[in-house]
Amino acid sequence: MVNALNISAVAPDPALFDLPWDLPLEDWPQEVVAALPRGISRHVVRFVKLSGSVLAVKEIADYAAKREYDLLKELANLSAPSVAPIAVVSGRRTAKGQPLDSALLTQHLRFSLPYRALFSYRLRPDMATRLLDALALLIVQMHLLGFYWGDVSLSNTLFRRDATEFAAYMVDAETGALHTKLSDGQREYDIELARTNVIGELMDLEAGSMLEEDLDPVAVGDLLVERYQQLWRALTEEETISADARWRLQDRINRLNGLGFDVAEMSMQTDPDGTTLHIRPQVVDAGHHSRRLFRLTGLDVQENQARRLLNDLDTYRVHSDQTDVDESFVAHDWLTHVFEPAVRSVPRDLRGKLELPQIYHEILEHRWFMSQRESRYVPLEEAVKSYIDTVLTHRRDESELILADTLQLPIQDDIQMG
Amino acid sequence: MATVTFEDATRIYPGNPKPAVDHLNLHIEDGEFLVLVGPSGCGKSTSLRMLAGLEEVNDGRILIGERDVTDVQPKDRDIAMVFQNYALYPHMTVADNMGFALKIAGMPKDQIRKRVEEAAKILDLEEYLARKPKALSGGQRQRVAMGRAIVRQPRVFLMDEPLSNLDAKLRVSTRTQIASLQRRLGVTTVYVTHDQTEALTMGDRIAVLKDGLLQQVGSPLVLYDKPANAFVATFIGSPAMNIGTFPVKDGEVLLGESKVPLSRAVLDAMTPEDENKLTVGFRPENLEAATAQTPGSFPVEIDIVEELGSDAYAYGTLKGSDPATTGLQGGSLIARVDPRAVPRKGETVYFTVREGEQHNFSASTGDRLPD
Ligand SMILES: Nc1ncnc2c1ncn2[C@@H]1O[C@H](COP(=O)(O)OP(=O)(O)OP(=O)(O)O)[C@@H](O)[C@H]1O
Ligand SMILES: Nc1ncnc2c1ncn2[C@@H]1O[C@H](COP(=O)(O)OP(=O)(O)OP(=O)(O)O)[C@@H](O)[C@H]1O
Ligand SMILES: [Mg+2]
Ligand SMILES: [Mg+2]
Repeated sequence: MVNALNISAVAPDPALFDLPWDLPLEDWPQEVVAALPRGISRHVVRFVKLSGSVLAVKEIADYAAKREYDLLKELANLSAPSVAPIAVVSGRRTAKGQPLDSALLTQHLRFSLPYRALFSYRLRPDMATRLLDALALLIVQMHLLGFYWGDVSLSNTLFRRDATEFAAYMVDAETGALHTKLSDGQREYDIELARTNVIGELMDLEAGSMLEEDLDPVAVGDLLVERYQQLWRALTEEETISADARWRLQDRINRLNGLGFDVAEMSMQTDPDGTTLHIRPQVVDAGHHSRRLFRLTGLDVQENQARRLLNDLDTYRVHSDQTDVDESFVAHDWLTHVFEPAVRSVPRDLRGKLELPQIYHEILEHRWFMSQRESRYVPLEEAVKSYIDTVLTHRRDESELILADTLQLPIQDDIQMG
Repeated sequence: MATVTFEDATRIYPGNPKPAVDHLNLHIEDGEFLVLVGPSGCGKSTSLRMLAGLEEVNDGRILIGERDVTDVQPKDRDIAMVFQNYALYPHMTVADNMGFALKIAGMPKDQIRKRVEEAAKILDLEEYLARKPKALSGGQRQRVAMGRAIVRQPRVFLMDEPLSNLDAKLRVSTRTQIASLQRRLGVTTVYVTHDQTEALTMGDRIAVLKDGLLQQVGSPLVLYDKPANAFVATFIGSPAMNIGTFPVKDGEVLLGESKVPLSRAVLDAMTPEDENKLTVGFRPENLEAATAQTPGSFPVEIDIVEELGSDAYAYGTLKGSDPATTGLQGGSLIARVDPRAVPRKGETVYFTVREGEQHNFSASTGDRLPD
């Protein structure tokens, strides 16, 4: 019956045909599935290793699979922070000819951590807030693109370490829709649903004794709404400035850059009498720092990692007495003499533990910590060595966090309906 | 309990001059189950969100009961939106899974308890309240999800494609559960779906939307038997109604090689804009086997026959009609045939439309013409 199988894929890989499509996903043998942790979901979702990478497979009605696949493709074209679609497999049948639901395949996001795995770490107390900031930023980014999500939740979000913060990515686009611009009602509904879902998910962790005692789910949910609204306002609000204080225009742009956004288009209007100016950002793009770092060095890293690296670059510029040298030359110097030697000295077998830019960030943290403790200047090489020996070697592998590491998590309890 | 009224309700999204919902007039009775149905983009979700207070109303107004709620905040409208997606939380008991929205709203514990117990009784989940969702069957989990909306005791339920994410089997069983539950609770319900089967099986009345415009509202039977226009005629019913536009000559419509006489009422209702053409529709089950001699019969060449046990459908081409100018939408004709005497592929068979089962629509406007 395999002959009737129909696969649409963005990058066709013949190995896709080797997966046991004639079995319900639930019954896929252990040899093919990779035991990675996942969020709560109603559909059956499994991870598989294929041609050296890991894919997520979701079993779902054909109509919904194709819709979500198309939507994820559109989002990828817009460079949205979402998982990348790989393929839809339809026309599945069992060996006996019984029809099976279609499968949607997405790229497993490397180094991503589902929130349930994050809560199993002994993390700093403000972790919940940092996750929420990341989620609020993600929702804002999606809304700026005109994407109505329809089901924002922690389960439908993946988190990646991003320097001291987290970066959030969307996984589940099933209920979403893309418009040119969202209405306020669409945004409000999304954010209200986000609040309800997040509170529910935290209450669930609470019921499973996985939440810090003093964390109040409702307060956290309210904070999400607040952070979202603050950010949305900062990015889209009209500001009225007096015509002789035009520096405030640059000030607004700087503030948006500080929040990690570039202003691609700003509308400016003067009053008829010419004394006041109304300014409003029209098009803003997230990723100000990561774009800047990429331009300077070709390094493609997440926003907060980029901030950190740019700071390091600035420090290097001052220390190496190159403040009057063109920034792009200094950047090249820094890359070849500082960044690359440091990350190259990380042994290959330890590189899967964290993303390389994240490792570099941790090296800088470690160096700062060492020099505080020992009250002296610590050369980078020394910090690298100490970091590898005392920190990195003891960390667990996060590239594809394996289930065995999170056994205390009742991930097997995840409910699948439908 | 309450009625719901849309009065010329209109929504125009910024940057999109075409109204998403265009002067919608609809009155929903207290306790009624009304289904809003139509193809993707027709404005169903927008209408529902306007009622929920989540979308601005640019023109017209919306009433719940006697009260104009056009400018009332969503939370003060006393409605419950049943989310398309719901996750059951594995560590929380069934009772907590049902009551958590009330807890978020800050309702006192004993009151939540009471409401959850009432809902559990209705849903036949009483003995499971202390258990975890894992212990429940698929159907019971569905009911817990419904319980979440019931405990809020709203005056109106709003449901936006609540079944779209379920597999075919669960969808059918949940459909019946929701419909019977709604009838027992008697709470006014507005239900949105793109699936006409769902609409026909669940609704007391169905409102069909297209391009933001209400096409028809009525009971499933009325929509099925007396579709107000050609769009409703083809949208409602599965397999879809055969419909096509054919020339009219000397008081007869030319269906391929055959001539079918038309009533005076139909002929009188035709206008110059129709250019002597008529849009004719007939349902697959209203075709009768006939012979070449039967008056009004037309020959059909059979392409394939689909046998479904109790039913069989023949797909074929209407002979003698010119597909370039007139003819059947989709090119082929579908007829229900006797499953014990199915025609062969390639065979030519004759059909007539059962007496009184031919639907006539204006070729220019698509509106139904008097019988
Ligand atoms: N590409 C991916 N990379 C990493 N994890 C993934 C990926 N796709 C899915 N997952 C994991 O699988 C889980 C379930 O996937 P998904 O949310 O798409 O399923 P669902 O059944 O549609 O969920 P819901 O019940 O919210 O509708 C996610 O929470 C996530 O943890
Ligand atoms: N924010 C928006 N901006 C512009 N147009 C929009 C916006 N949101 C929806 N629309 C348009 O309004 C129309 C009605 O949309 P709506 O979502 O109500 O349709 P629907 O019938 O529910 O469709 P579906 O079944 O696909 O959800 C569509 O043409 C849609 O593209
Ligand atoms: Mg999900
Ligand atoms: Mg989903």
